[in-house]
Amino acid sequence: MRGVANARILFHHFPCHISVFLTCPSLFLPSFLASPNSHPTVPAKRKHANTQINFTMSFSRYVEVGRIVLVNYGPESGKLATIIDVVDQNKCLIDGPEDITGVRRQVIPYRRIALTNLTVKIARNARAKTLKKAWADAEIESKWENSAWAKKLAAKSTRANLNDFDRFKVMVARKQKSAIIAKKMKQLA
Amino acid sequence: MAGARVLGTAGPKKAKKAAATTGKSARFYPADDVKRPLPSRKNNKQAPKIRSSITPGTVLILLAGRFRGKRVVCLKSLETGLLLVTGPYKVNGVPLRRVNQAYVIATSTKVDVSGVDVASFDDAYFARSSSADGEGEEEFFEGDAAKPAIVSDQRKADQKKVDAAVLKAVEATPMMKGYLGAKFSLRKGDKPHKMVF
Repeated sequence: MRGVANARILFHHFPCHISVFLTCPSLFLPSFLASPNSHPTVPAKRKHANTQINFTMSFSRYVEVGRIVLVNYGPESGKLATIIDVVDQNKCLIDGPEDITGVRRQVIPYRRIALTNLTVKIARNARAKTLKKAWADAEIESKWENSAWAKKLAAKSTRANLNDFDRFKVMVARKQKSAIIAKKMKQLA
Repeated sequence: MAGARVLGTAGPKKAKKAAATTGKSARFYPADDVKRPLPSRKNNKQAPKIRSSITPGTVLILLAGRFRGKRVVCLKSLETGLLLVTGPYKVNGVPLRRVNQAYVIATSTKVDVSGVDVASFDDAYFARSSSADGEGEEEFFEGDAAKPAIVSDQRKADQKKVDAAVLKAVEATPMMKGYLGAKFSLRKGDKPHKMVF
């Protein structure tokens, strides 16, 4: 199966003027799996009054208009963007919005992006202005910064940019930490 | 005669060229063709270029020589292009010394050495005095027993003076003394081309 590594294309809005190459019928799997009949029965204690929490093997992050993605490769790598349209099974149209994330409107293959669990409610091909408003309404920036993923990326980049003196200070701090732990362990032993 | 007065010592070519412009043949040609030397390009009177990352006060990591691995404070650059450096001596045992910038990693850490007077140190200060002592043969047969270095009192005094000022700045920054006392080494997982110094 080509291209689509970790995303399934959910055609919420099927645009008639965009030709979609459906080479693989397995693209329709999600809707098939999503049917309630195929789910294993949920243990009674987990059932809630209104909703049933289903632990299945289906996907939860879909390529859809409004999905926030992290660009992994290329000149914009490390930046967030929003999917505003789907081109075909290999690429989609993304936009920053440019004012917020610095990513200009462009077509990008799925291979270069990673889906996040954040979405915004926008129509297909939304203008930058609408997109900005949708981002502000959904508070995407703060949600992203508080996510574990973003924090891990930030820690990684801090560590990579430590200078020689900083690395010395980190080494001393780690030794102090392990000394405290060793002392406590000795007490408990 | 109002002809172009061309001096033959300038070269036969010039004479001919001058003749061509005036239309008259040159009055004088040298008897023999004397080759003139090409103009020399060895007129480099500029101070040798020091990397922009190395300024007075930069902490340097020495990569070669007796003190390899030591972190050291750069005081100034000398006329020959070498760097004047000090441990400080009390912190890591490196005295006032000259060091080549090619064998040094410049870190981005700086110590304030504006209060240090290093104007009196130059290359002549470090020049080796010609040893007039001992018969060469005897020393040669004695073998390679390490002879203790004889440090002149003047050097010791200078070291104390310079280090007093440098130590003040070093002790002002937290952890800097320990940092200068520690040796640099590559550990497992370190990628020097990716490390920021």
